Amino acid sequence: MKDDHAMDLQLLLFAKTHEWLRLDGDVATIGISDFAVQSLTDLVYIELPQPGRVLKAGEVFGEVESVKAASDLYSPVAGTVVESNTKLAEDPAQLSASPYETGWLIRLKVSLPVSRAGLLDAEEYKRLCATESH
Amino acid sequence: MNAALLRTACYDWHVAHGGKMVDFAGWEMPVQYTSIVAEHQAVRQAMGLFDVAHMGRLKFTGADAGKFLDQIVTNDILALEEGQVCYALIANQQGGVLDDVLVYRLPDFYLMVVNASNRAKIVNWVTDQRGGFRFEVEDLTVARFMLALQGPRAQHLLQPLVDFDLSSLNHHRAAIARVMGQPGLVSRTGYTGEDGFEVIVDQAGAPRLWTALADHGADDGLLPAGLGCRDTLRLEAGMPLYGHELDESIDPFTAGLGFAVKLDRGDFIGRDALRAARENANRQRRVGLVFSGKRIAREGAGVLSAGAAVGRVTSGGFSPTLNHPIAMAYVAPTVATAGTVVEVDIRGKSESAQVVRLPFYRRT
Repeated sequence: MKDDHAMDLQLLLFAKTHEWLRLDGDVATIGISDFAVQSLTDLVYIELPQPGRVLKAGEVFGEVESVKAASDLYSPVAGTVVESNTKLAEDPAQLSASPYETGWLIRLKVSLPVSRAGLLDAEEYKRLCATESH
Repeated sequence: MNAALLRTACYDWHVAHGGKMVDFAGWEMPVQYTSIVAEHQAVRQAMGLFDVAHMGRLKFTGADAGKFLDQIVTNDILALEEGQVCYALIANQQGGVLDDVLVYRLPDFYLMVVNASNRAKIVNWVTDQRGGFRFEVEDLTVARFMLALQGPRAQHLLQPLVDFDLSSLNHHRAAIARVMGQPGLVSRTGYTGEDGFEVIVDQAGAPRLWTALADHGADDGLLPAGLGCRDTLRLEAGMPLYGHELDESIDPFTAGLGFAVKLDRGDFIGRDALRAARENANRQRRVGLVFSGKRIAREGAGVLSAGAAVGRVTSGGFSPTLNHPIAMAYVAPTVATAGTVVEVDIRGKSESAQVVRLPFYRRT
C-alpha cells in the first residue's frame, strides 16, 4: 500500500490478469496491481518491451520474476509502446514499493476510443482479488 | 483451505504472525511470513525459526531395530555410536531412491526422520520389508512437534532453554534432554547449510517453546522462516530435495550422494544395483549452474550444449547470498566439468550458464 493511498484507484481499469491501466488522452499507462505485487513478493527481475513495439490487447509484453515464480505480463489494450520504465530493471523493488506510481511498467499510444471489453473497474477488481485470496 | 489438511501445534501462531499458509504434502504450512529473501538472510546472518513438524518421525525399538535399519538404508547403521545421526538413502532393489532420511542412534531406540511427502510410502515399505526382524515401529509424527532453529546465533538462543552444554554437541549428534523442563530431543542438524539445531518435543509443550524462541530471538535478528526460504537455503547449500533431485528413477551415485552409500558391509536392499550404478561411468551428474543473466531457470528447463539436449534442471531459484540465479541440474558427464558453459532453455529463450561444483554456498 505505502505511498499509493494517495492514488485514486477509481481512475484505473484492471485486467483479470492483474494489470492496471490509466488513460491520459491517447496514452495508456500500464502497471500491475498491489495485489499482484503482494502475491509475487521478492521481485528479482522485470523484462519490458522496447519503444515502438506494437501490442494487441491480451498480448504478452514482458515478464516479472520473483523468487517464487515467473509471470507473464499482458497488455490490457492494443497500442504502440512509447516508453518503458527502465528504472525497474535496475531496481525491481520500486515496483513493490509503489505499484501505481513510480512502479508503472509501460506507456502505450492507443487509438481512441479504447475498448474496455473484459476490463474491470476498481470495485469489480477488488471483488476478484477477494475471491482469489481465499 | 482444505479442511482435511493436517496442522502442526504452532498453526495458530503462524496465522497470527502473518504466515502465508499452503498445502505441503498434506500439511498446512507457512511458506513465508514476510519475505523469502529477508527470512533467508536472517538464517545466514542471525537465525531463523522453522516449523518442521510435518517431517515424518518413526521410532524403532526392539532387539533387531538397528539390524533392520541397516538392511533398508544405504549407510552403515550398525557402525553408529550412541548419539550419532547419519544421512542415508532408502533404496529399492533397483537402486532407485525411495527417500532420503536421517537416522538417529539413541541409547534406547533409533529414530528415522523421513520426508513428509514420503511418510506413508516408507511406513508401508517398513511393513513390507520387516520379514523376521524383531522390532517395533511407532509413527510419532502427529504426537510430537519438531522445529529447526538455524543460523549462527542459534546456539546462543537455545542454550538457556536446555539442560546440557550445547557446545559439547557436535555436528550430526543428538541428545535426549530437557527443553524448558519438558522431555525432548535436541540434534545439531538442519537443511540450510548453517549451524543450527532441530528440537523434538511433545505437541502440548510446543507453542510455549516456539513462542519463547521467537520472542527471545527477535532482538537478536531471529525471523520466523517458512518453506520458501527453506528451499532457497537448501538450494544454495547444494542439498537435494526429494521429488526434485531425488526419485525412484535416480540412484544415489547419480545424485552425488555416494558418501551415504556403504557398499562394503553386509547385504542390504539395493546393494547389487548400487554397485553397478557406482561403476557406470556414463551416468548423469548432479551439478550446479550459475547464470550471468537475471532470468531464473525452473524445474524442467532443458540444458543444451551446442544445440543438443544434455540434461535438465531439477531446482532453480534466485540466490539471495550470491545475488544471481542458480540451479541444480542433471547433465551428461561430457558437460559436467566445472567451468563448462551450457545453454538453458528458460521458457523458450536460451540463457547461458556455467557449470559449477556444489554447493553454491559453504559457511565460513
